[in-house]
Amino acid sequence: MSDTSKDILVSFRNVQKSYDGESLIVKNLNLDIQRGEFLTLLGPSGSGKTTSLMMLAGFETPTAGEIRLGERTLNNVPPHKRNIGMVFQNYALFPHLTVAENLAFPLKVRKLSASVVDEKVKKVLGMVQLDKFAHRYPGQMSGGQQQRVALARALVFEPQLVLMDEPLGALDKQLREHMQMEIKHIHERLGVTVVYVTHDQSEALTMSDRVAVFNNGDIQQIDAPRALYEEPTSSFVANFIGENNRMNGVLQSANGNSCQVRLQHGEVIEAKQVNVGEIGQPVSISIRPERILLNNDSESCTNRFSGRVCEFVYLGDHVRIRMEVCGETDFVVKMPIARLDDKLKVGDVVPIGWAMDHARALDPL
Amino acid sequence: MTTSAAPQAPILTVDGVPLKTQLHRAERMNRIKSLALIAPLAIFLILVFIVPLVAMLKKSVDNPEVHDTLPKTSAAISHWDGKGLPAEDVYQSLIADLQVAYDNQTMGDLGKRLNTELPGYRSLINKTARALPFDPKPASVKAAMTELDERWGDPTYWQVIRRNASAYTPYYLLASLDHRIDEQGQIVAAEPEQAIYLDVFARTLWMSFVVTILCLVFSYPVAYLLATLPTRKSNLLMICVLLPFWTSVLVRVAAWIVLLQSGGIINSTLIHLGIIDQPLQLVFNRTGVYISMVHILMPFMILPIYSVMKGISPSYLRAAISLGSHPFAAFWQVYFPQTVAGVAAGGLLVFIMSIGYYITPALLGSPNDQMVSYFVAFYTNTTINWGMATALGGLLFGATLILYIVYSWLVGANRLRLG
Repeated sequence: MSDTSKDILVSFRNVQKSYDGESLIVKNLNLDIQRGEFLTLLGPSGSGKTTSLMMLAGFETPTAGEIRLGERTLNNVPPHKRNIGMVFQNYALFPHLTVAENLAFPLKVRKLSASVVDEKVKKVLGMVQLDKFAHRYPGQMSGGQQQRVALARALVFEPQLVLMDEPLGALDKQLREHMQMEIKHIHERLGVTVVYVTHDQSEALTMSDRVAVFNNGDIQQIDAPRALYEEPTSSFVANFIGENNRMNGVLQSANGNSCQVRLQHGEVIEAKQVNVGEIGQPVSISIRPERILLNNDSESCTNRFSGRVCEFVYLGDHVRIRMEVCGETDFVVKMPIARLDDKLKVGDVVPIGWAMDHARALDPL
Repeated sequence: MTTSAAPQAPILTVDGVPLKTQLHRAERMNRIKSLALIAPLAIFLILVFIVPLVAMLKKSVDNPEVHDTLPKTSAAISHWDGKGLPAEDVYQSLIADLQVAYDNQTMGDLGKRLNTELPGYRSLINKTARALPFDPKPASVKAAMTELDERWGDPTYWQVIRRNASAYTPYYLLASLDHRIDEQGQIVAAEPEQAIYLDVFARTLWMSFVVTILCLVFSYPVAYLLATLPTRKSNLLMICVLLPFWTSVLVRVAAWIVLLQSGGIINSTLIHLGIIDQPLQLVFNRTGVYISMVHILMPFMILPIYSVMKGISPSYLRAAISLGSHPFAAFWQVYFPQTVAGVAAGGLLVFIMSIGYYITPALLGSPNDQMVSYFVAFYTNTTINWGMATALGGLLFGATLILYIVYSWLVGANRLRLG
């Protein structure tokens, strides 16, 4: 995935976008998308992820910079000549055409013969398991079925690149999770390059080869899902993806891989040095709730404190324990049901600890 | 599952009342309430719309003058076969009726009605009535009347009475279609110099059609702009569309006369720019009628199309383009078909409204641009001929209904959307 630039399908070079000439929606985007990868643009609304996608699709023009697809630059290619499949948030299936006619639309535009069109439509309907629905109108189908048709329509003309703009946003949770897997499997089977936009972090982690986290028009971090979750390089990413205990302090000393951070009330935490400034400057420490150990489990930890149990939240597969640690009252510990000590109750003060590697010292928020 | 398969045993409520009865009872109060709420409107509509409409339509076949004024003659003449002269008893009935009518002063309407059928009839019956009663009583009334005026010996005059002896007549409806009943009782085409109404109907339909097409051509882009511009700009545009809407039609027509006349702004600007040498004849002809009618009716086309377009997401067009369709082709294949409901509704609205247009053609058109309504107004206001006025109106109404049925069959009535 990393070796040569020949495998790069799309590249953004110093791309900027502004609507009013006063503020930049996309600040300075440099992004390479590999052939065959599933890349997700993740970020809060207004972070520039959809604008970037629309520039790639051709519905927005970059204010500055260049977008390349394969060998050619896309800046002056009108959207209908880009040969990029697109799936829209509200499906955008043509309501006056049947499913089969919707799927045949891009093929007829390309002036393929009727028999080829029929064959391809049939094949793609089979792929999304909607063979029986060819002659239905979109309005007569459920949201999930319409979503599959929209997906099939973006794939039927075999584009090398498919863009998806929050395609699962309108579905309920169960169907969304099902469709995530289905899209992922279709991607694996066809080997098509997918650029996927979402604001749902679990969706991004489930489906992607790589995730680019956007904020305020910049990419904060671009990495594989696991690296993104386990090794965030900024407080924004640590907070945006997954749950996170944040502790603010001042950098006391730094030596190689690790550093010491002094909290408000004087406690010192041994943390992994990731993204910190000079000594004496504020630092934000991020600890994932599932990396925190209680009672005897915490004996071997570099960082050991005591915490008072404030609240239990039962969630079936795990329990969230809200604790007061080092003056922080919102300190959350996630404990699998099997490892929960039944005797633990609200008000107990127990030893608590975590390893140095799991406390990441990041830029202050 | 099992209940539908089992023989239909009525489901009972807890109290043992059949569920259907109980449901009916529970819903009754709501039904009465909702009926009471729409009752004022229903009564209002019946009193001021449906009853007058039916009464007016009835007037188009009403023929009371002969039947009411000459009741005995009407009864007696029904035995006559229309060939030769009627029998003595018809003559006797007529002088009896005429005497009563003369005393009651109801000769006026009768004379006018008979005169429309046969010129000179009014003077004939007035002369006859004045000569009554015959003194001394003649042996043969027939001979006496023929002696008084030889026209009473002409079967034509008697056939007019016979034709109109019934209280109802197709006369006005036929006249509105350029037909008449001849002396033999056959339906024949009217004299060419009197046959104008079929042309007027054709002209009305054609002008309405042209106005509808022009409205559609001009309104579609405006509606598209309204639906796609940012809210602030589209609100401004909407006000521009609606502003003329709030002005009286009469004022707007007068304004068009000022603008379009030979010395008006448009002509003087064109001459000033050197585009034309002679002023264009833009008003008091078909052009003026079209310009003004299109202007007045455009909002009725814009608003239904706009309301349909407003509900079409811009992502359809984007989707079509992303699938490789040229933007124009995408618009035509994907966007336009979705607006058909609004186009159809707007077209129907404008067509039906222009069919009944009166003021604009009357003020801006030449005599050759007048539509059916002009003649309805003419017969209502100038000659007080309710029969012709209502027959023309009724036929227009019928034509509109037929057109609507054909149209809804072509487009599909369920696809019409006004908003």
